[in-house]
Amino acid sequence: MKSLQDCADERVLIIDGAMGTMIQRYKLTEADYRGTRFADYPSDLKGNNDLLNLTQPQIIEAIHKEYLEAGADIIETNTFSCTSIAMADYDMQELAYELNVEGARIAKKAAQEYTAKNPDKPRFVAGAIGPLNKTLSLSPDVNNPGYRSVTFDEVVAAYEEQIKGLSDGGVDILLIETIFDTLNCKAAIFAIKKYFRESGKPELPIMISGTITDASGRTLSGQTLEAFYISVMHANPFSVGLNCALGGQQMRPYVEELSNIATCNVSCYPNAGLPNAFGEYDEEPEDTACIIEDFAASGFVNIVGGCCGTTPDHIRHIAEHVKRIKPRQRPVLTRTLA
Amino acid sequence: MSVTTLNDTTTKADATVNDQQRRIIPPFMRLSGLEPLVIRPEANFINIGERTNVTGSKKFARLIREGHFEEALSVARQQVESGAQILDVNMDDALLDGEKAMTTYLNLLAAEPDISRIPVMIDSSKFSVIEAGLKCVQGKCIVNSISLKEGEEKFIEHAEICKAFGAAVVVMAFDEHGQADTEDKRVEFSHRAYKILTEKVNFPPEDIIFDLNIFAIATGIEEHNNYAVEFINATRRVKELMPLTKVSGGVSNVSFSFRGNEAVREAMHSVFLYHAIKAGMDMGIVNAGALQIYDDIEPQLRELCEDAILNRREDATERLITFAETVKAKGKTVEKDESWRLGTVEERLSHSLVNGITDYIEADTEEARQKYPRPLDVIEGPLMDGMNIVGDLFGSGKMFLPQVVKSARVMKKSVAVLTPFIEEEKLRMQAEHGGEIKSAGKILLATVKGDVHDIGKNIVGVVLACNGYEIIDLGVMVPAEKILQTAKQEQVDIIGLSGLITPSLDEMVHVAREMKRQQFEVPLIIGGATTSRTHTAVKIAPEYQHGVVHVLDASRSVTVTGSLLNKALKKNFLGDLNQEYNKLNESFRNKKPVKQYLPFPVAQENKTAINWDNFTPVRPAFTGIKKFENYDLGEIAKYIDWQPFFISWELHGKFPQILTDEVVGEQATNLYNDAQAMLKKIIAEKWLGANAVIGLYPANAIAADTIQVTPEQSEIPPVKLEFLRQQIKKAPGQPNLSLADFIAPAATGKQDYIGGFAVTAGVGIEKWLEKFKEEHDDYSSIMLKALADRLAEAFTELMHERVRKEFWGYASAEHLSNEELIKESYMGIRPAPGYPACPEHTEKYKLFDLLNATENTGITLTESLAMYPAASVSGWYFANPEAKYFGLGKIEKDQVEDYAQRKGWTIEEAEKWLRPNLEYDM
Repeated sequence: MKSLQDCADERVLIIDGAMGTMIQRYKLTEADYRGTRFADYPSDLKGNNDLLNLTQPQIIEAIHKEYLEAGADIIETNTFSCTSIAMADYDMQELAYELNVEGARIAKKAAQEYTAKNPDKPRFVAGAIGPLNKTLSLSPDVNNPGYRSVTFDEVVAAYEEQIKGLSDGGVDILLIETIFDTLNCKAAIFAIKKYFRESGKPELPIMISGTITDASGRTLSGQTLEAFYISVMHANPFSVGLNCALGGQQMRPYVEELSNIATCNVSCYPNAGLPNAFGEYDEEPEDTACIIEDFAASGFVNIVGGCCGTTPDHIRHIAEHVKRIKPRQRPVLTRTLA
Repeated sequence: MSVTTLNDTTTKADATVNDQQRRIIPPFMRLSGLEPLVIRPEANFINIGERTNVTGSKKFARLIREGHFEEALSVARQQVESGAQILDVNMDDALLDGEKAMTTYLNLLAAEPDISRIPVMIDSSKFSVIEAGLKCVQGKCIVNSISLKEGEEKFIEHAEICKAFGAAVVVMAFDEHGQADTEDKRVEFSHRAYKILTEKVNFPPEDIIFDLNIFAIATGIEEHNNYAVEFINATRRVKELMPLTKVSGGVSNVSFSFRGNEAVREAMHSVFLYHAIKAGMDMGIVNAGALQIYDDIEPQLRELCEDAILNRREDATERLITFAETVKAKGKTVEKDESWRLGTVEERLSHSLVNGITDYIEADTEEARQKYPRPLDVIEGPLMDGMNIVGDLFGSGKMFLPQVVKSARVMKKSVAVLTPFIEEEKLRMQAEHGGEIKSAGKILLATVKGDVHDIGKNIVGVVLACNGYEIIDLGVMVPAEKILQTAKQEQVDIIGLSGLITPSLDEMVHVAREMKRQQFEVPLIIGGATTSRTHTAVKIAPEYQHGVVHVLDASRSVTVTGSLLNKALKKNFLGDLNQEYNKLNESFRNKKPVKQYLPFPVAQENKTAINWDNFTPVRPAFTGIKKFENYDLGEIAKYIDWQPFFISWELHGKFPQILTDEVVGEQATNLYNDAQAMLKKIIAEKWLGANAVIGLYPANAIAADTIQVTPEQSEIPPVKLEFLRQQIKKAPGQPNLSLADFIAPAATGKQDYIGGFAVTAGVGIEKWLEKFKEEHDDYSSIMLKALADRLAEAFTELMHERVRKEFWGYASAEHLSNEELIKESYMGIRPAPGYPACPEHTEKYKLFDLLNATENTGITLTESLAMYPAASVSGWYFANPEAKYFGLGKIEKDQVEDYAQRKGWTIEEAEKWLRPNLEYDM
């Protein structure tokens, strides 16, 4: 079967769209989130989307399939917040490992089904590793800028558990995404390298996707795009890219910059525009697709898809628009300075 | 809106699809703080700031030991301000807990964007301290140092750890037996380390820096005299042998025997570096700011230093010592721009706030306190003015979060000075008036249930606390019950809710509803990135009648709370706000639910009412087509509308006011000057070719939305143009517009006319873009594209004017200035297929056929109907005085079916091309 890199060499790969947006469509209640297993759980669980891997796996699977049907080459597991640190908000830190294993299994099953249908277009599962609700570079207490609410070692431990779960559940790729603090990302990279070194398993390809939060062109932790890229290069990633916070239109200059400096593949999965006054994303699939088509036609990207507010419709349009466009050519790395 | 000034002609960059050149990325050393530091061969020498080192700076050591971290940070800032490109941090002091001191200091540095923009060098002889440091820096840093001192195994272990953090390393020229002190040993040790690192650890060679040991010379001991020479020679050989690596060293060591005599030491450093850099030394630990320029050294001193460093004469040391005794160490003053200190106290406070400087804030605050009648006036006056500037800069992307947080800290410091006086005033008033006076007020803050984002809320908390309010912060994911229960218990004066994600908006509505149900009377403040004035007015405010206020950002929160908690102000404030919200609410309700659509035949009935009896169409001066090749660019340039040019650079504002805008003015002016310079060259050196074709033809409307074009020239085939009609239900008396309305129907018996045009100003642009690409000059490349777009639009404006005045001649008496042209004060329109009035793109084929546009201008159409060159514009000319631009809006299926039939399409084809305008889900 074709490897991930083979596929990336031959075409612009499609990564799926938003999970949260799709879950919202189901209008799930507190009881739906709880299922039978957590019916009597003491804390509120509504909104804990990752928990649905255990309580409503059929919904998650159905969403994955919608994206696969729309043409996604890579689907993301529903594990964005499956770390003991993030799950502590729901008092569910002990479930982190299990949530990752199940999230990976659900996605893997759906992907395999579609690969079997058309082995010429193999589908891949990316284990989604989100940014955490605690950051290593910023103090939550403005009066005490030296304070940190979490340590590097704690973050590494939490990510390592997540990575083990994703790997055990069978993901093909590890995707560190929506990075707004590079130090958290470095801890995730550290955890990945550590896990594979110590477990002896072959290391999975790493995708890294940062978030430029606003017009300053910087991450929330203050780094410029190039500084961010330099800070994570050592992961030797399969791809680096950008997602979330901005729509495609606002992301363009940064995607272009990244395509100029990155030695690996470049990915980009923006939000469906900027939210309107009601926090809704209303960029039409066709509009998103035209923006992304331009990125592809300009030779900026190897992997494209959508983030907040995007739907299978967006992915279908994007896939249609980029299918005949050659992927970005990766730069030549020289070994001399001149 | 001018239909033709649309930027997306530039984004359809089909041109680059096939001509990608593979970019070459050389193995430069790349480091980063908040900003990148790429060390290219042409970089002469990288300064590593040395003063943040407890072993090298007594002052710094004392500050750290005594816990004066703020002041210790100013040492770092001074290094950056004087030009350090990397900051060396060393906490190796017997009296310090190295790991803890390193962690604390680096965490504090991270909150100082003006310092942390440069990469850090974590410097320690204890690897545990280095590891502690590595866990604190987000950028790609340097570890200083690892070595073979403890054997190969430890060396590899340490290198592996550095690699896992992505850090570059300094390798000391040291082995199991000691330091390399000869030229050969330096090269030999380095090469051994290099082989281990690259072959066993797979360490990137460009991430290796060798510290080749700079030792003191001119010590009086003869063996030391050649140390500098050997270092320089070793540097040359190491760089030849391992060209991707870097060479560094602690420069001040070389002059150690002259300590106390800074003048001589600085001269020695400069001379040493002059020669070492020539040999290939890339970087060095120096007292940034105290480096003298080689040519500026007093010639006699320079000569003596040169003799000593290059070991040119046997008596070099004595001669230098003799000279040194005659030199008075002249204390050098640190050059720093302190001119802002000359401003008024308000200006100084504002400067400190905006730049996050705490150095003078206490004195300045005290000065302001004495100037203003009440201490609170200082807060509400100059301090809030400063914070408002910070808020504006933040909002416009000129500042980013860490800087804002720093500003908040300065604010806090200032308030701390004022607090005792405010307290005192309070007591005095209590005594005078008897009875109790409340604190400024108690404010409860919470991020609502389901949301974990709290950075903005924390900032609001700090800013309000600075202003004397008591803050009860419930944190994140707070359920409504807890918010309201606490609010009751604590008897808060205001409740503030924050949230970043979409569902939080609903939760805020829920809290408001609960407040009403539980009969609260305190005001509710709404903030957070997804919240908006409109949402607050429409969804939240109607749920709760005692005041719901949307606050845009932290800096505005103070004025709002101030107004809400002042009995006199509150009534008016809420009254005004209610009025505003009612208006917003009303306009929203009027807008939203009335999206009703008419059956298509009804919409067609409701066409633009034009009294054709009173209308006599003007016959153009010629019919058929006319082409223009290589039009004078100088003439075209006079028609440029600059405003969209700035928008394409993401600078928003009116031209020419933008050039003097307070915030972006300087940037805009620079950009404008660059643009003018390039434009001059474009015109003088004929970089771009400008071609156009126009056509004028007899035409009549033969159905509600169809125009029959009947050219008088046999070589131009007649064609039917199909248009679309607005279908949304309009206010009484308002027509459902279609462009077909603006051409006389055949039934009137009057012969009407239509025109078409295609212009480009991008012929030959590829050559220049290619050139800029080769030069890695993105700026010029973007500039040229933006200017070509502007020229294409200008050319369009120019042709349209000539058409109105001479070729068609229906407005031959028109006299309009460029501003009036931009404002479209003229008669007639020029809509383009694919844009709002006629969004269906494929009609462009008909336009191009009528004009034979590709042959006449060189513009080609891509599969998706984009024009190439990108700097091209095409469209129709309508001359009727009633003709105006409009947006089609959404349409219903019945019109789609009708359109498909007219175009000879299947419904699916029609839906594909009309997708953005479909009212219904497919």
